[in-house]
Order: sequence, then structure tokens, then C-alpha cells
Amino acid sequence: MKILVCMKQVPQKDAPLKLNAGGTWIREDVSYEVNEPDAYALEEALRQKEKNGGEVIVITAGPGRAQQVLREALAKGADRAIHLEDDAFVGFDALNMARALAAVIKAEPFDLIFTGLQSDDYGYAQTGVILAELLGIPHATIVMQIESSGDGIRVKRELEAGYFQFVEMPLPAVLTIQSGINKLRYATLLGIKQAKNKPLRKITLAELQSAVPAGAAGNLQKIERLYVPQKTKNTEFIQGTPAEAARTIVEKLRNEVRVI
Amino acid sequence: MPETVLVIAEQREGRLNRASWETLAAAQTIAREMGSTVEAAVLGEGIGNLANELAAKKVGKVYAVESAQLRSYTPDGFSAALKHLLESRKPKLVLLPHTYQVRDFAPKLATAMDRTVISDCIGYKNEGGKLLFVRQMFQGKFTADVSFQCEAPWFVTFQNGAFRVDGVEAGSEAAPVEVIHPEMPEGTIRTRPEEIFKEAKQAVDLSQAEIIVSVGRGIKEQKNLAMAKQLAEALGGELAASRPICDSGWLPMDRQIGSSGQTVAPKLYFALGISGAIQHIVGMKGSRTIIAINKDAEAPIFEIADYAVVGNLFDIVPPLIEEVKKTKSRA
Ligand SMILES: Cc1cc2nc3c(=O)[nH]c(=O)nc-3n(C[C@H](O)[C@H](O)[C@H](O)COP(=O)(O)OP(=O)(O)OC[C@H]3O[C@@H](n4cnc5c(N)ncnc54)[C@H](O)[C@@H]3O)c2cc1C
Repeated sequence: MKILVCMKQVPQKDAPLKLNAGGTWIREDVSYEVNEPDAYALEEALRQKEKNGGEVIVITAGPGRAQQVLREALAKGADRAIHLEDDAFVGFDALNMARALAAVIKAEPFDLIFTGLQSDDYGYAQTGVILAELLGIPHATIVMQIESSGDGIRVKRELEAGYFQFVEMPLPAVLTIQSGINKLRYATLLGIKQAKNKPLRKITLAELQSAVPAGAAGNLQKIERLYVPQKTKNTEFIQGTPAEAARTIVEKLRNEVRVI
Repeated sequence: MPETVLVIAEQREGRLNRASWETLAAAQTIAREMGSTVEAAVLGEGIGNLANELAAKKVGKVYAVESAQLRSYTPDGFSAALKHLLESRKPKLVLLPHTYQVRDFAPKLATAMDRTVISDCIGYKNEGGKLLFVRQMFQGKFTADVSFQCEAPWFVTFQNGAFRVDGVEAGSEAAPVEVIHPEMPEGTIRTRPEEIFKEAKQAVDLSQAEIIVSVGRGIKEQKNLAMAKQLAEALGGELAASRPICDSGWLPMDRQIGSSGQTVAPKLYFALGISGAIQHIVGMKGSRTIIAINKDAEAPIFEIADYAVVGNLFDIVPPLIEEVKKTKSRA
């Protein structure tokens, strides 16, 4: 089984984000990490390989800094990596991004393609599904379990409010992976050392010219402006030292919320 | 001819879901402002009743897209059937609820038509006739106004709760229902769905709890749950959590609050170290009072909190437990 894992670098969860001067994007001088569901997608690919044999390839699109995501994946056990390297990828919408990925995948077929179910930055929840359509192969989203079944696979999809559903499909297929599908591993020291010698191929935006000729200008949707959400509720901020805050909360609980 | 706003309603086991009605309310609101007509479509097998239910609302027309191949949802079937409908009716806007099902097929459908979906919107703006769709980004830390850069149809999905069901306007007379039998050649559907099921019965039903103390990733380590548990016990409430806590196995799944867990509406919801991602919020925003403790003053949870403490939960919770105990023993 040859599995491709699409991974994205996003701002760290706890990073304080600031808007850029134009109010169209964030200031990029923050710390980054791998998009959480993508980490689960990688873990799942590694587990599938350990069970069934094969190869795990990781791919990311983004600036030079995004290489970190690939290095970590190689250290955890991925066999090789592909970096679509250009600052412009940060501004791609889901369709444009999927077109760039599809161009690479068409040149080198895979049995399974994993993505995280959505990214923590844009939150489109679309790239994997679009990719499947562009490649003309079936897909399943919000996947919580994968098993082989005959020539294909049987996957467990999460539905709302605690419901699930199994779906069978032939290969190749695209699966978007939900956080919590497995337990993440850490990279070992040996893994980190070995990663240095694993192949990492770089592809420039120019090489993808025929797939995404206009770059981000080819997006079908545009962020006109980005801003801090307007508050809808009258929130009372409780001030003071921890001890004072604790006293104020209890007073509210007694006199206003009336639960003690 | 006025432009059309088409709503794709979602049904499961013969019932239209709440999110579909909210999306219809969105369509009626937008149509009123833009001078367009609302139409609705529902897909499945034997869905005449559902089409009639939609036709009783203020809509110009309802499409009942009927086929044995649409009896169970599949992305291939739904996408093929809707493409067929949209290519002949040419609506300007196609509105869908941002449900798990829609996430599964809408991007495929739009791509098949060389279009895009602005997904998970919480509203819209009409700026001098230019429509912008409002969506959250960066896990709710920012909001974006997004425009289409392509021809119609424009696909938009709306988040649960973005519009109110009671905003749906009834019609003065039943709208016409057009039954459509889409052509779906052999081999259109490549996936084989099995029956929907619920995992082993839930041991705890948090929907009845009056007080819930809920912890998020800010609790840092499993052993720190003891502190949250003490607070819950002191208050006589239940302990619950955000998804990552249950994913890590620190608490059982049946204590997870949110879109893939339980929906609760207690008198008091205490959110400790929870950022307030939308998938969490939908499960608890109906709480009468929400108190949030978070070290990040910009955390989205504060947008819906009644009382907020910006600070380190490990500093605030211990004196809080003492204070609650003291007050209770005095009472
Ligand atoms: C399809 C789908 C379904 C989902 N279903 C659910 C669901 O049902 N329920 C759910 O909860 N999530 C769900 N999620 C996940 C959701 O998107 C968020 O990732 C999750 O809710 C985040 O959990 P959190 O707030 O605990 O963690 P984080 O987002 O990491 O937030 C941790 C917070 O703790 C604060 N913090 C850290 N340290 C401290 C400290 N010492 N003192 C005070 N505050 C501190 C930080 O400032 C931060 O705000 C779902 C996601 C998807 C895509």
C-alpha cells in the first residue's frame, strides 16, 4: 500500500495572532506547528504501513518554514517527502490547493491519500474532497477507522451527535482523517537521525504552472477583510488576584446564578 | 427574471433537520433583500411528504429529487443528482447547512461544476448589492468577509445556529412541487454505505445536569483533572470535557461536549481552559450561565461567556474550590 499524507503547517494553537496592516491576513511572524488532524492522518498512514507494508510519503505546500512539518513526519517514520515550496501557497483557496496537489499525484499514483479533515487556519474542510473529485476517485470524510476489505477498504465515518457509519469503497481513494482516530507517537532520537538521510523533493510553483497558472489570483473566493469578531454577549470580566476572583465568582454563583 | 436562491434541505430517516430550516430562513432573508426567489430541493426516495412540508413555506417551488439510488446518502449519488438539477435550473445562490453530510459532498459538487463553496458561514453582508459571506477563521479567533470571484452558482454552507428556525416564513398557499428523477448511469455510485449506528450506550446523560464543570486542553495533564473534579464535586455538578481530552482517553467519550458529543444546557457551565471552537460551542451555548477561565484574553469562549476570568486556571481554581466549600458549609 502506497499512502500519501497531505499535511499543512498552521500557526501554533496558543500563538497570539495579530492582523497584518491591510487587515487581510495575519502577521506571519508567529510560531507554527502541524495542523492537528494532519498529525493523526500521518499516524494512521504509519500504522497502515506497519500492518500491511508499503510506503508512506508526506507532502506539504507552503513557504520554506513548512519544511519543518515534513522533517518531523520523516522522523516519525515517513519514507520520503515532497515540498511544494512557495510563499504564495499560503493564500491559495481549497480548489487551487487541491489542483496543485492533484498535479503531483497524477504524475505518481497512490493507493490511498490522507488529509486532515480541516485546517485550523482557514477551516475550509474541503481540500481532500476536492482532491478526490479532481482525481476522479471516491472519498470519505471524518474517518475514525480504516480496515481492508476485499480489494478495497471499509472505513468508519463519524456523524453528528455520537453516530457513526461504515462505508466500503474501492482503491485508490481519498480519506479525510479526524483527530482522535489513534494515539500519536513521538519521534525517537534514532528516527530524527535517520530522517536527515531520507529523500525530500522540492517542487516550485513554476513547475506547477499548468495546474495553477494564475497562482493565488486564480482563487474562486477571496477574503476581503479579516477582523476580530464582534462580541454578541455582554460579558462581565472578573478582575483581581486569584483569591479575589474566586470570591467574586462564588458571590455571583450565590446571588445571580443561584446555584449555591 | 429574478435570480433564484436554492436551498438544499437535508433529511435523515424521513425528517428534515433543524439546520435545513435555519438555512431556509437564511435564504428567505437574503432573497427578501436581493429581490430574488427562494426555491428548495430535497433528495431521497419516497420524499413526497418532506417536499410538501417545504412547499408550505414561503418558497416559489420545491424540487423532490427522487431515486432509489438516493435512498442512502452517498457523495457520488447526491453530487450527480444535484449537478443535474443545478445545470438545468441555474440558481444564483445554492445554500446548504454545514452538516457532516454536506461537508462530504458539497465541495465535490462545486468542483464538478468548476465552482467553489464558501463553507461554514455565520452570516452575510450586502454591501451595496455586493454579497459577502461571513465566516470564522483561525478557530474562531478572527472573522472574515469573503466574496465569490466566479460566476454563479455560488455555493454557501451555513453553520448550525447562524439563522433562527423561527425566522422561516410560511407561504400563503402551497408552492408547486416538481418531482425530478435524475439520470444516474450504472457505476455512478462507487461507495457502499452501511446502516448508521450509535456506539455503545452512554453511561452518563449530561443533558440533565444542572451544573457542569468542563475542562479543555488548558488542563495540560491527566492528573490535573482531579482538581476540576474537586470543583465539580464542591458544586454538586458533573465533570465534562472538550474533545481533545476525550481523544486522549483522559475522560470517557460520553463526557464530551460538542457537535460530535453531547449537547447540554445546564444552569451553569464552567469552562476551564477551553478555547471555544465552534464544534464545542454548539454543544453548550444553550447553557443559562457560562463562566470561562482562560489565560488568553482573546479566546473565543469569552464571546459567549457571561462571566470571564482572564488568568491561569491553576491559580484560580484551588481558591475557588475552597471558597465554594466555605460558602456551602455556611449555608
Ligand atoms: C468535525 C469536528 C467535530 C468536532 N467535535 C468536537 C466536539 O464535539 N467537542 C469539542 O470540544 N471539540 C470538537 N472538535 C474539536 C474542536 O474543533 C477543537 O479542536 C476543540 O474543541 C479544542 O479543544 P480545547 O478548547 O480544549 O483545546 P484548545 O483549542 O487547545 O484550547 C485550550 C485553551 O486553554 C487555554 N489555556 C491553556 N493553558 C491554560 C491555563 N493554564 N489556564 C487557563 N487557560 C489555559 C488556552 O488559552 C486555550 O484557549 C471537533 C472538530 C471537528 C473538525
